[in-house]
Amino acid sequence: MYSPLLVKPMREELTSVGFEELMNADDVDRWIGNTEGTALLVINSVCGCAAGMARPGVRLALSHNKTPDRLGTVFAGQDSEATAQARNAFAEVPPSSPSMALFKDGELVHFIPRHRIEGHSLEDLAQDLTQAFDQHCT
Amino acid sequence: MGTFHQNKSELHGITVVVDTAGPEIYVGRCDDMDDARVILLDVDVHRDGDGGRSKDEYVHKAAQFGVWKKHDQLVLDRTQVTSVRRLSEF
Repeated sequence: MYSPLLVKPMREELTSVGFEELMNADDVDRWIGNTEGTALLVINSVCGCAAGMARPGVRLALSHNKTPDRLGTVFAGQDSEATAQARNAFAEVPPSSPSMALFKDGELVHFIPRHRIEGHSLEDLAQDLTQAFDQHCT
Repeated sequence: MGTFHQNKSELHGITVVVDTAGPEIYVGRCDDMDDARVILLDVDVHRDGDGGRSKDEYVHKAAQFGVWKKHDQLVLDRTQVTSVRRLSEF
């Protein structure tokens, strides 16, 4: 596990734009249990090969005119209990991190796995997200 | 910002599809590759026809959501490898 000092700015890249950090299974249950409206869950990651572009891409997407009602994040490899509990919400999807899940009224409506983030530009990722926002968010 | 890994191949950290001259096809995260070998992490392997799925059908399914890993790490002999492509290309 990486030093909390190293990870802190990676957490803050998301929390500074409104993401609620879900630190344990209870946090996740409460957040997932609220099935009203749209909600974006980001599984954050240290690995710069993909996550280094993921967080800026998410931040760019959130400047779009349609965005999810709620934003949540868990940190893979750091907050293991919360991450495992979050993945239970889409257990049919193979685990990967970073990754992103968009829910609408409690249903998973869009998922971006790691391989659609790594090697892509932040603009590509933002476009993938904003297309989903246009389709599902108001 | 994030952590990066120096002195690795350009596909380091990228999820790739490694096809072989035989029936096996692999999907995993490339750790490194050179003229002798391809090192994959968190790897799934499919044999052509298993479960009624061809290699192409397997890869296109994998491209949607990813794969369930069967191996933490595999080292593949480059002489058996016919192609290495990003999963996101499919």
